[in-house]
Amino acid sequence: MRVTITVNDTEQRHEVEDRTLLVHFLRETCGLTGTNTGCDTTSCGACTVLLDGESVKSCTVLAAQADGHDVTTIEGLSTDERLHPVQRAFQECHGLQCGFCTPGMVLASVSLLQENPSPTEREVRDGLEGNLCRCTGYQNIVDSVLTASREETAR
Amino acid sequence: MIPAAFTYHRAESVDDALRLLAEHGDDAKLLAGGHSLLPLMKLRLAVPELLVDVTALRELAFVEDAGPEVRIGALTRHHDLANSALLARAVPLLAHAAGTIGDPQVRHRGTLGGSLAHGDAAADLPAVVLALDAVLVLRGPDGTRDVPAAEFFVDFFETALEPGEIITEVRVPKQTAGWDFQKFTRRAIDWAVVGVAVAGDAVALVNMGATPLRATAVETALAAGAPLAEAAERAADGTSPADEPAASADYRRHLARVLVRRALENSRA
Repeated sequence: MRVTITVNDTEQRHEVEDRTLLVHFLRETCGLTGTNTGCDTTSCGACTVLLDGESVKSCTVLAAQADGHDVTTIEGLSTDERLHPVQRAFQECHGLQCGFCTPGMVLASVSLLQENPSPTEREVRDGLEGNLCRCTGYQNIVDSVLTASREETAR
Repeated sequence: MIPAAFTYHRAESVDDALRLLAEHGDDAKLLAGGHSLLPLMKLRLAVPELLVDVTALRELAFVEDAGPEVRIGALTRHHDLANSALLARAVPLLAHAAGTIGDPQVRHRGTLGGSLAHGDAAADLPAVVLALDAVLVLRGPDGTRDVPAAEFFVDFFETALEPGEIITEVRVPKQTAGWDFQKFTRRAIDWAVVGVAVAGDAVALVNMGATPLRATAVETALAAGAPLAEAAERAADGTSPADEPAASADYRRHLARVLVRRALENSRA
């Protein structure tokens, strides 16, 4: 089938198999390999992207379901070489170790902060329950999200 | 993991979906969020030839005050149930339980009707609608029919839904008594090893048999005036929990008694 998906503000029109998963569409068809495939079972959250601004696990969404919708991947967060505030906070607070979960963590955090701009630490931990860090680097990830929240609300 | 090949069709209306179900019978499956069905398709445990995506049918996504009850469209997402001010006020058990399903990403996609139609006894919402004495509205080629939750869950992943039918809405009586929801999971995002929904004197169990169950022995004891702890001791009566390496049947029966006691106490606190 032919799908038209706006990925990072760019219209992507492609012929895909009906069974194509969104994560494969992004990585293989669009060449956007910032979105990682981790567990492939809706558990780890490494493949998290924004679909119409909300976090989803792209290994459990069909490209066909995203037809006509907007997708934001990690490549689309920064603008004009300026990092997104959440990316900046992850950098400042060293919210990563090996980096594999980071794109998903960042996008889940962006979605969380859109829904709840000033979360408590507990709410950050609950809000990121769908994302696993195999390095167990959660402390700095939570600090990063809280830092991003404070910087955004201070502006 | 990639699903076996299928044809995808995005339904334009409920009638469109019903027509396709009538044409394709068992070869067609409805996609109502996809967070149970797509994982099964990736494992090739489900191999539909036609996937009818009803997720975009916005006319089935609503939460409406209807006097003594709340009408909820079948395609209302878990995220929207959890964030509904009306539900928080009128059916807080449902709003709370919906907010504990899976994780935020799952709640952004999964829907009430999808979860109920899937009929998984380990899922939270089937037990919640059972505790709430909700009524499911099913639409098929011959019109609509109302099915009480108590008659909807028939057996292991089997419901009263006929192949040509779709759940259009769920009607839930407004809560007037205390409630609580307890579930025990191995990790935050896992299915419940055992769960308990309490609404007044109604007690329903997650994952204690082939279907969600009412803990009738507990309810009978409560009606006879038994103290909460004593009533909770009956939580596993008449259940048939799965015996698995990660959780034996005995362990599940123990959990049911503990969680029912906690839920009853919290509901009356």
